[in-house]
Amino acid sequence: MIKKPEQGMTIIVKTITRYTVVLILLFGIYFIMNGHLVHGGGFAGGIIVALSYMHVMLAFGKEVAMKRITDKTIQFLVGLGSLSFLILGILGMTKGYFMYNFFRTPGVDYIGKPFSLFSSGIMPLMNLAICLAVASGFFSVFLALIFYRLSEDKK
Amino acid sequence: MLPLFIIIPLAGAFIISVTGKYSRKVSYTITWLVTFVLMVLSLKLLIKGGFTSYNIGGWAPPLGINLVADGLSILILVIINTIVFVAANYSIGYIGKYTSKWTYFALYLVMLASMNAAVLTGDLFNLLIWIEVGGVASYALVAFGTRAEELEASFKYAVLNTVGLLFILMGVCLLYAYTSTLNMADMAQILAQKPDNKLISFVIVLFLIGAGMKSAIVPFHAWLPDAHSSAPSPISALLSGVLVKSLGIYTLLRVMFNVFGITLLISKTFLIMGTASIILGGILAVYQNDIKRMLAYSTISQIGYIFFALGLGTPLGYFAALFHLVNHAYAKALMFMTAGAVVNAADDIRDIREMGGFGKKMPVTSITSIIGSMSISGIPPFGGFWSKLLIIVAAIQAGQYMGAFIAVIISIITLSYYLKLQKHVFFGELKSKWAGIKEAPVSMCVSMIVLAAVCIGLGLLYVPALKAIVLDPAVNVLINGSSYADAVMK
Repeated sequence: MIKKPEQGMTIIVKTITRYTVVLILLFGIYFIMNGHLVHGGGFAGGIIVALSYMHVMLAFGKEVAMKRITDKTIQFLVGLGSLSFLILGILGMTKGYFMYNFFRTPGVDYIGKPFSLFSSGIMPLMNLAICLAVASGFFSVFLALIFYRLSEDKK
Repeated sequence: MLPLFIIIPLAGAFIISVTGKYSRKVSYTITWLVTFVLMVLSLKLLIKGGFTSYNIGGWAPPLGINLVADGLSILILVIINTIVFVAANYSIGYIGKYTSKWTYFALYLVMLASMNAAVLTGDLFNLLIWIEVGGVASYALVAFGTRAEELEASFKYAVLNTVGLLFILMGVCLLYAYTSTLNMADMAQILAQKPDNKLISFVIVLFLIGAGMKSAIVPFHAWLPDAHSSAPSPISALLSGVLVKSLGIYTLLRVMFNVFGITLLISKTFLIMGTASIILGGILAVYQNDIKRMLAYSTISQIGYIFFALGLGTPLGYFAALFHLVNHAYAKALMFMTAGAVVNAADDIRDIREMGGFGKKMPVTSITSIIGSMSISGIPPFGGFWSKLLIIVAAIQAGQYMGAFIAVIISIITLSYYLKLQKHVFFGELKSKWAGIKEAPVSMCVSMIVLAAVCIGLGLLYVPALKAIVLDPAVNVLINGSSYADAVMK
């Protein structure tokens, strides 16, 4: 994608983006995975993940980014993320309550143990679901802004 | 059973958002089924009655978030779910002219979920969030036609309501700092022990502004005529019939009566704002020639009646207010649906002066519209007559002779503008350009007939047996303000 000079920004920005985008994505994933232990969580992590995609889109241009992830996929992911969050909540109803933390060992680890990744029952899973919904939702807002800008330019 | 009121519509909305664009039928079916199931559940809850509390995630009230269904919640819940079902049925016939129909139904169900959740939640911050969710869904639905005036109305609606919500947010923050809890029942008990404080008066004002903006009471009514007249008609029916009442009036009632405890000052404020709304909404409605705008101003006037009766501070006043709330919800939803049928038939022309003689071509719409008009204007034997009569009787009992007089006069004015609407739209000569108009599709007709039947039947709510099931539990919540906290924290 770096070989298309007509799209996106200059080669300097493109080169730097190739290195940093992975780091941003990784930082987002770190936020999501540690949301139940330290500060962070699905919402903040989801936004950072969405930012990494926006980064690619800004640096390499709309066409290159949209080839990798289309607006249809994004719309599907928004629904899927929210739906999986809801399903996790409904699964709790099998143990008596909506949103009940059914994965945890009773009495021990519902607040999470430091340095232990999956130590607070369904919380990490919920963070993942929120991340999916927030990242794709945030990205679709960004896409909507870009599309409306384009249609305005055509006039 | 209580979380089902939130889970089912949200699940429906998310499933539609995933599958909706591949098949239009799926979104129709899901919406119809979801709203039907919820209507049945809410009626079941009404018959069962009593007090129910549900702890989400198994966490008990002061720490966790709980859902509470008492008399007031159940009353509003039944109104929401019945009207939403009828409006969903109506939408299926109405939505044909729009594109991307699945978005409409997904947003529709999110709005339903938010109203149900706002009415059921026992947590103040949760309430704020659900009001916001309902608001966002309705901003998008108001702008659904995406024409310039619709976008403008939606923008105005969004800005004013977001500002109103900021006031509520500030109030919630101050209360949280003061009481260290967000659960409404817990907060009520803590506030009852603390000495009277200027902070509480300030927070009450913040809530009055925020929730007053949602319930479109004068002087916070500016957004309502634009938003209600620009939205697609089933959405206007929901906004006017349900959303204003569930997110606006319900919030105000719950916070004022069950958290702070009603005082003379709040009652007087309700009384003054209510009277101002009655007069302003009623007089402005007379001058409107846009059919939906006239109904929107009428909403402001009728909301004024509800607040006026609440401000009287007597049990009969509370009863009359809730009775009028029920009557107005169904009658105004019906009126917006008939207006939608007329506007749909008349190629999106909303000016009543250009219409005339539609009654011969659209008999169902015409008759149901007359029933709705008569119910709102207070003609016996419709429900609206009894509730207005009770409001006036309660006002005289409370010594508010001036208010009672104004209520009577504006009631006559209400009749006059509804007669104006009937005369211009359904009676008179049929103009030659309207020779080809047809009656609305079957699904729309069925919805209007159902609501018209409900409007006729609502007068029966004053029969003691029905009154004891439907209205009395809700009135008791308002009369014994502290009983809510005691019941939840038990």
